[in-house]
Amino acid sequence: MRIATGGLIDREKPIRFTFDGKPVTGFAGDTVASALLANDILLMGRSFKYHRPRGPVTAGSDEPNALVTVGEGAEARPNTRATCQEIYDGLTVTSQNRWPSLRFDAMAVNDLLSPFLAAGFYYKTFMWPRAFWEKLYEPIIRRAAGLGALSGQPDPDRSEKAFAHCDLLVIGAGPAGLAAALTAAEAGADVILATEDTRPGGRLLSETVTLGDQTGREWADRMAARLAAMGNVRVMARTTVTGVYDSGTYGALERVAEHVMPGEAPPTCFWRLVARQAILATGALERPIAFPMNDRPGILSAAATRTYLNRYAVSPGARVAVFGNNDDAHRTATDLAAAGVTVAALIDTREDATSDGAWPFYPGAEVIETQGRLRLEGLTIRKPGGTLRIGADALAVAGGWNPALHLTCHMNGRPVWQEDIAAFVPTANAIPGLTPCGAALGTFSTAGCLEDGRRAAEAALDALGHSPKPIDLPDAEDTPYSPPATWAVTAPGRAWLDLQNDVTTKDVHLAARENFRSVEHMKRYTTQGMATDQGKGSNVTALAILADATGRTIPETGTTTFRPPYVPVPISSMGAGHAGKGFAPERFTTSHEASTARAAPMIEAGLWYRPSYFPVHGEKTWRESCDREVRMVRECVGVSDVSTLGKIDIQGPGAAEFLDLVYTGTFSTLKEGRIRYGLMLREDGHVMDDGTTARLGPQHYLMTTTTAAAGPVMAHLEFVAQGLRPDLDVKLTSVTDHWAQFAVAGPRARDLLNSLLEEEVTDDAVPFMSCWLATVSGVPVRLYRISFSGERGYEIAVPARYGAALWRLLVAQAESLGGGAYGIEALNVLRIEKGFITHAEIHGRTTAYDIGMQAMMSKTKDFIGKAAAARPGLTESTRERLVGLRPRDPANMPLPGGFLFTKGETPSRANAQGYVTSACWSPTLETHLALGFLASGPERMGETLRFTDHLRNRDFEVTVTDPVAFDQDGGRMRG
Amino acid sequence: MADLIARPATHGLLPIEIGSVVLEDAQPEAITWIAPYNRKKSAVTRTLGGFPGPGQVVEVKAGRALSVGPGQALILGAPAACDDAAVVDQSDGWTVVALDGAAARDVLARLTPLDLRDSALSENATARTLLGHMTASITRTGPYRYELMVFRSMTQTLIHELTRAMKHVAARARLSGPG
Repeated sequence: MRIATGGLIDREKPIRFTFDGKPVTGFAGDTVASALLANDILLMGRSFKYHRPRGPVTAGSDEPNALVTVGEGAEARPNTRATCQEIYDGLTVTSQNRWPSLRFDAMAVNDLLSPFLAAGFYYKTFMWPRAFWEKLYEPIIRRAAGLGALSGQPDPDRSEKAFAHCDLLVIGAGPAGLAAALTAAEAGADVILATEDTRPGGRLLSETVTLGDQTGREWADRMAARLAAMGNVRVMARTTVTGVYDSGTYGALERVAEHVMPGEAPPTCFWRLVARQAILATGALERPIAFPMNDRPGILSAAATRTYLNRYAVSPGARVAVFGNNDDAHRTATDLAAAGVTVAALIDTREDATSDGAWPFYPGAEVIETQGRLRLEGLTIRKPGGTLRIGADALAVAGGWNPALHLTCHMNGRPVWQEDIAAFVPTANAIPGLTPCGAALGTFSTAGCLEDGRRAAEAALDALGHSPKPIDLPDAEDTPYSPPATWAVTAPGRAWLDLQNDVTTKDVHLAARENFRSVEHMKRYTTQGMATDQGKGSNVTALAILADATGRTIPETGTTTFRPPYVPVPISSMGAGHAGKGFAPERFTTSHEASTARAAPMIEAGLWYRPSYFPVHGEKTWRESCDREVRMVRECVGVSDVSTLGKIDIQGPGAAEFLDLVYTGTFSTLKEGRIRYGLMLREDGHVMDDGTTARLGPQHYLMTTTTAAAGPVMAHLEFVAQGLRPDLDVKLTSVTDHWAQFAVAGPRARDLLNSLLEEEVTDDAVPFMSCWLATVSGVPVRLYRISFSGERGYEIAVPARYGAALWRLLVAQAESLGGGAYGIEALNVLRIEKGFITHAEIHGRTTAYDIGMQAMMSKTKDFIGKAAAARPGLTESTRERLVGLRPRDPANMPLPGGFLFTKGETPSRANAQGYVTSACWSPTLETHLALGFLASGPERMGETLRFTDHLRNRDFEVTVTDPVAFDQDGGRMRG
Repeated sequence: MADLIARPATHGLLPIEIGSVVLEDAQPEAITWIAPYNRKKSAVTRTLGGFPGPGQVVEVKAGRALSVGPGQALILGAPAACDDAAVVDQSDGWTVVALDGAAARDVLARLTPLDLRDSALSENATARTLLGHMTASITRTGPYRYELMVFRSMTQTLIHELTRAMKHVAARARLSGPG
């Protein structure tokens, strides 16, 4: 119910939203949970396993019960904590894990079966028959137990990611965090203050404390305004720091626009915050006490009760009982009474406790039973002298506080037990550069938190090399806090620990009885702490009960490991911007538009997009286009964009010696204006890449790499230049993108060039494997006479700004000669006919010997990979070596990936003699052709083998041939 | 013979203005890669009129020289020449765009892990870094202006990524301030 006055809500701004289709009204400043409570709706969800009716127990991100789905369609967010979700006009909220409705849930039958469904039940019961687990039992169990469901629609990818840097990151903006941020900011440090809440203040927004002559919230507002006005402070509200990573990097989830109707703003932002120092001021989480039937809607934490009361002006009930083991219970009763709510009873476990409030007071008493179904109706207490039933529609429970130390465990820090507060505190130096303070460190008074925040900031400033300036901190309450450890009430009935996963104290005892005594084993056996709240409220209580059950102390029992993220992070936030075009950069050649204008299908080659083929009118399949393009090159002239090949400019007095080192062949003897084919090995003696290198000047070379290896080769050359031979004076840089480069290939290639170039291309001026400077329409171009097709071939390179224009010109001229553009399908066929290798053959496991290029390994000089390539295992003739393959029936295609077997042998793994790497239909030779590797291959020319492709069910005979199927002496390309 | 028409990498794609930020073409007349030969740095510095140290931008005779790697600089401006260094024309190898406006830094913070604070990237500082998935060069040329360079072939991705970030920053600005 709503209290008539007070709270941090704006009563002038009513907000209308729906819950399970029914209209609900709240005020600006409300969360879904506070607005529903204001409307006396306590039932907000069903538990995971027993489908028990549940209401909120917290007012923050540690909420286990009140999980709802927010929004609709692809934008719907399941498992949203109603305690964090701010309301806005038009918001739709739907309850989860119930059918047909939240009030009547058919699956609640599980609760009646609960005596049979204790921890470990599934593992024991559904073991037989074995195959049934995966196919039958698990799917049924998963359907019965659940949370919210995703929409099934593609994620709209509207979130974002960002980076921020600071001197000091303050995590949490309660009294300790505000004092720390202020101290650091006044000293001139660059501060980021991150708070999970919508505004700074922390517990000050929930309590009736005073700081100096101001209320807690007035002071918090003034501090927030003061910080916001400083140029060196960035206050990040709605931002939860979720994880700690190396070198002062923190992950954080900002809820950017989840509090407004979905629009253009990103719903969330996943931040990578990099801080030289950090302060943990995350406060503490109030813990429950496990007593029988402690899960009914209306039973919630005392701290949350005060938050609803003081911040949202909402009471969870009209008659509220309070149960606790420390003075927070009394504070809660006082706040309730001040708000005009009837305090049904104050029940304190301490026998010596006193109270002068105008309410029934029961010291030395415990709650041993509760009544009600869809909400609390009453409770039974055990007090000195007997039991008593009390009518109440809500119960606030104060069991003490657990420091929110989770982030200090992200680098394997183990919390330390502190006896006087009966709680774990962060271990010292758990995270380099992170200083815990305030309640996160076990300091619970307001005055203590302020002072602790200042102290932590001064330590951080010292590490940053800043001098602190004196900061005035107000007087505040300094109440001592030393509660007894109260974990569970001994009484018959189910007492819940993990509310979301329905783990009870009995389950923990059962785990101990079955010898799952380690806290990690207990966790897995019972699923304690494995729900979306990661056991924030229940883990410590569960391990305390395990300690009791196993006769050990709590520190001996230890904690489970807290890992990132602290709160659930949507995958769409972590992967924001990486769907579709954001997946990887797209690299486009200068001919891209012209190619797509001709409806050429584009294929990815690394990050590049290359045209597969250029269909012409009437062609129905890619093969028709490809065959035509191959014949065009063989018979006339074709033009192809080869700009994607890596181009590395290498200069300097040491350039020649450098190339002699990285290539197996010798390049110092290459004459200016000439080109040589080169093979490059890795240090381990296997082939790294191949390509041609031209000598442009006495100290100037241009290396060509394959498209795929352009980056790795550049990195390799940098490594050699900087690491292996820093003495060589050689400078290198990639010029891949500067040059647009087009292959012009075919018997009429020279004619085509002569129709464009201002200089005449003759075979004397431009012999095979030479380069030449020329001019097209006044633009200087480089001309290389090389061939990857086996035909007379040139590559013409022009600065990329002219690429689109030159491409159109080349294609137009080619077409006027009867040729045209060809794509990489045809390019691939042309090279297979010629037995030219690509990375299909130099796939990382082959040597120069394997590809038949052992003669290219210079005997007269050293080169990278030479020693390793000479190892006996790499030079045995029985190695799988490059061969050509031709099917006995030309219509059969030996697909890459298929295996080769000796005729008559069973086609099984142990008998494999080799494999196929490339294959095509050769329109030139009118047969399928393939390249592959075969044991002792070159010695088996003419042998008939069995080709088997087990995946695609092909099985036929092939004949071993020379890899070069067409124009073996190379006369066509030499001209 | 028809003329070969030069086409800028950003042809038809820029400028784009979203919120307080403008993304525009900033391609210089020429981009020249210079790497002084060993023990020739002072000679090169004399010839060019300067040579940038790591992370630096210096004005030289031909224009502005950015440090882009160990012993390497790019000169943005007129074509540059120098006998004591490896010199490579990279005018068409890189796309240069400028991001200008009060929120330019916020836009970049969505794409680069670089520390963009004044203390780390002052005016006339430069860095090789990542921009989304691309390797890039980022130079701060004014209080609210940054020049960004990526390989020419990635121009469309550069504009796609920047546009997305610009939209997000502008949409955030339109949200009412934190509660």
